[in-house]
Amino acid sequence: MAARAVAAAPASLLRGVGLGGSWQRVAMLAPAIIILLAFLVAGIFADLLSAYDPEHIVLIERLIPPAFQEGGSWAHPLGTDNLGRDILSRVMYGARVSLLVVVTCIPASALIGTLCGLLAGWRLGWWDRFLMRIVDVQLALPAILFALLISVVFGASLLNVILIIIIFSWSGYARLVRADVLSLREQEFVVAARASGASDKRILFRHVLPNLLNTIVIMATLDVPSVILIEAALSFLSIGVAPGTPSWGAMISEGRNFMTIAWWPIWMPGIAILLVSLTGNLMGDWLRDTLDPRLRNLR
Amino acid sequence: MGAQSISTILVSRILQGILVVFVVLSVVFLVSRLARNPVEYLTTDQTTAEEKELLKEQLGLSGPIGIQYVNFLVDAVQLDLGNSFISARPALSEVTSRAPKTLQLGAAALIFSLVLGIPLGVIAALNRATPTDWMARFLAVLGQAIPNFWLGLILIFFFAVQLDWMPTGGSGGVEHLVLPTITLGLLASAVSMRLTRSGMIDVMGTDFIRTARAKGLRESSIIWRHAVRHALLPVATILGIQVGYMIAGTVIVEQVFAWPGIGRLMLHTILVGDFPVMIAGILIISTSIVVVNILVDLSYPIIDPRIRAGTR
Repeated sequence: MAARAVAAAPASLLRGVGLGGSWQRVAMLAPAIIILLAFLVAGIFADLLSAYDPEHIVLIERLIPPAFQEGGSWAHPLGTDNLGRDILSRVMYGARVSLLVVVTCIPASALIGTLCGLLAGWRLGWWDRFLMRIVDVQLALPAILFALLISVVFGASLLNVILIIIIFSWSGYARLVRADVLSLREQEFVVAARASGASDKRILFRHVLPNLLNTIVIMATLDVPSVILIEAALSFLSIGVAPGTPSWGAMISEGRNFMTIAWWPIWMPGIAILLVSLTGNLMGDWLRDTLDPRLRNLR
Repeated sequence: MGAQSISTILVSRILQGILVVFVVLSVVFLVSRLARNPVEYLTTDQTTAEEKELLKEQLGLSGPIGIQYVNFLVDAVQLDLGNSFISARPALSEVTSRAPKTLQLGAAALIFSLVLGIPLGVIAALNRATPTDWMARFLAVLGQAIPNFWLGLILIFFFAVQLDWMPTGGSGGVEHLVLPTITLGLLASAVSMRLTRSGMIDVMGTDFIRTARAKGLRESSIIWRHAVRHALLPVATILGIQVGYMIAGTVIVEQVFAWPGIGRLMLHTILVGDFPVMIAGILIISTSIVVVNILVDLSYPIIDPRIRAGTR
């Protein structure tokens, strides 16, 4: 019985994602799905797919243009950067960095945020006030400034970037979950469960949480582009990944100095960020429209 | 809840704001001292231990961290955040001397985002599900997806390098402000556009718009005088958050365009380990975000008369 209640939410999710939408929407989504798959495949199999070591420097092959331009060759389809490194390989390894940030930061912040939101919305009182003050503090201290501080004190590394992003994004989930719990706790099925003597844990995880899953999934999808953008921005300012790591943001930062003589070192990673971020936003919007139009003003 | 007087709300919001700034300052202070003494950033391997001790003494960095923290707070309350490790000028005035530049850029970007976002949102809502609407929504999605540091570089590439219409960076006349303003304001304009559009769609279906139509008001008057006013409420609500994002964005945009404001100063001070200036910068930035949020809260009753009547 209880297991069915938990299963009900993913089922409604699948129904929404599946054949409920019109063919027009599916057609519009096809490019997004292709980009998403390409991103996943490039990130997961970067070491198998790339022809070159992304950090291998070949100074005599500096700034070779992409294959489709005069002077380019198919040996380096997207050209080489100022140190003769193959840009296609670096873009693929960059996808791996972004993917790593997504698969670590989003589950972690969703989990922490959901638990805190449940606690605050259910217990209210001290917990609730404490949580809302933390949210206030985070709004007043931009993540980028905190990241600057951390990078100087502890050094630039991918692990630090991931921790900073988690520290700054869990509160979004917490606020959303809290707001939903506040309205759910007054609803009849929750009041009934309480009256029948169910424990808090049982009510929250069997009755309240399944009703929040849509909201959390939408928020998590919309978070994909934002965490990728934060990592790229930090790496662009050289306070993100360690120097030399092929991250999209770091590539743009390095290519910047050669921008006037070679356009491709900043365009290739830039287009990669743009495509993935665009896809994440479109998928998030579509999920939201399909699953829960109420959340239109989420961001 | 009965209608609280505006001054009670104001006082409690200000107290909360002070608490928030206090916590931010404490976190920043403790984190900056967590790994090692700041003196380590300023000295080399050749510096003798005595010289280090002397330097610590001079900069107020000796003694247990608890004492340093208390001293820091006592001074901070008197708006004394110490002197810059580099220039030896008061840290706070180092930051405030850069503030006008950042305010210029931030104000220009905010105005740009509203002037572009609101009309576009209204037009999209009135032409719902037409190519105009799709176009506007696509632009909004693009504006949200594009990384601002990359956009800045691309704008420099086309408009400064290729076409030579604008300077590549620095500050000076209005022409220096154009590209940084677009770069900083585009994301906010996309958000304003989407909120205005959904707000307009909601409000155009309500009874009071039907009543206004039935009264025979002109359509332009219905839209611009009655509907837009309601549709703008969500835009105003998130103005505080938008300003917060913009302040964070100035760190990047000022770096890309070599704009001499607080953001660029912050990046520089942090890279050279000038902690007093960094803490002063964070104090100014956090305080301004808190103040903007209080002002936004206070402006609700002006925008939305229902709140003035105490129904909130």
